[in-house]
Amino acid sequence: MARALIFAPKTAARGDVIEIRTLIAHPMESGQRSDGQGGLVARDILRKLECRYDGVLVFSAELFAAIAANPLVSFNTVATASGTISITWSGDNGFAQTESVMLTVS
Amino acid sequence: MKTPVFAFALLVAAAHADPRRSGFDDMSASTQALQRDDTLNPALLWLKDGEQRFTSLCVRCHQPQAMRGVATRYPAFDSRLKRPVTLGERINLCRTRYLESKAWGAENEEWLGLETFVANASRGLPLAPPADQRLAPFREQGRQLFVQRLGQLDFSCAQCHDQNAGGRLAGSLIPQAHPTGYPIYRLEWQGLGSLQRRLRNCMAGVRAEPFAYGSAEFVALELYLMQRAAGMAIETPAVRP
Repeated sequence: MARALIFAPKTAARGDVIEIRTLIAHPMESGQRSDGQGGLVARDILRKLECRYDGVLVFSAELFAAIAANPLVSFNTVATASGTISITWSGDNGFAQTESVMLTVS
Repeated sequence: MKTPVFAFALLVAAAHADPRRSGFDDMSASTQALQRDDTLNPALLWLKDGEQRFTSLCVRCHQPQAMRGVATRYPAFDSRLKRPVTLGERINLCRTRYLESKAWGAENEEWLGLETFVANASRGLPLAPPADQRLAPFREQGRQLFVQRLGQLDFSCAQCHDQNAGGRLAGSLIPQAHPTGYPIYRLEWQGLGSLQRRLRNCMAGVRAEPFAYGSAEFVALELYLMQRAAGMAIETPAVRP
């Protein structure tokens, strides 16, 4: 499975507000479910999402246990200059993943 | 003023002509929104994976453009096995016959991704079950299974999905059960799944022992369901509650 997808415009005019949407494959196991053996399924969730635009942090979010699997996060930023939009997810059990896309600003 | 009234009259006529409804029509607006926009649809994670797999493996024999319309014709008769096979099984057969790989097991994520990619190529096309006479006895077996009472609750598929479609089972709407969007992303599963997984859910619901994945019964049932939904548009990958 593709582990993560970023939907963002490839080009924008300087000053435009652009929408960035991300999807990531993750079970978001809440830690509240019974494992059927009298115990609980261990928690395994994403804890944090950070978006860097040209190296500058423009958006970050903390994620908690009540979020569905394969979470979608959508946010806006202002196109300032051509550069890389890079998104990093981190979570339980040492989960870490970074994906990036290029944005050309004219 | 005339045109909108005329268009409305046509819409009403069309609605009367075909009483069949996709499960999509009766979902909540928020679930519909997930399916309408590909950038919101979580099934895209599997679809993109299937696309990569197709362009790395399947292109040796198949052009991606040639996949348009393929999903409308399945299940189809396989002359080597002398029985009908589903689209998913056809992909798995390709894998074992020509790529000399081991067959994927039921609900394998890679397999679901590839099936989603191939079915997605036919999105918007009407289901067109083949008129192949060799399929007729299997389709009839499927129809019989559809009206066969099963399980401790002693219900048949037809009792809910033909006779009581549009009613409610607890809080949930009973859909007409047209398999137009498989593999689907089902919110209840928090993941992607096949038609057979969905059928097994229904069977467990009436407390019957579900048929095995890949069993002849499921292929027969799928043949009948596709005939029942003939002409409806393919939605893959659909989102369902």
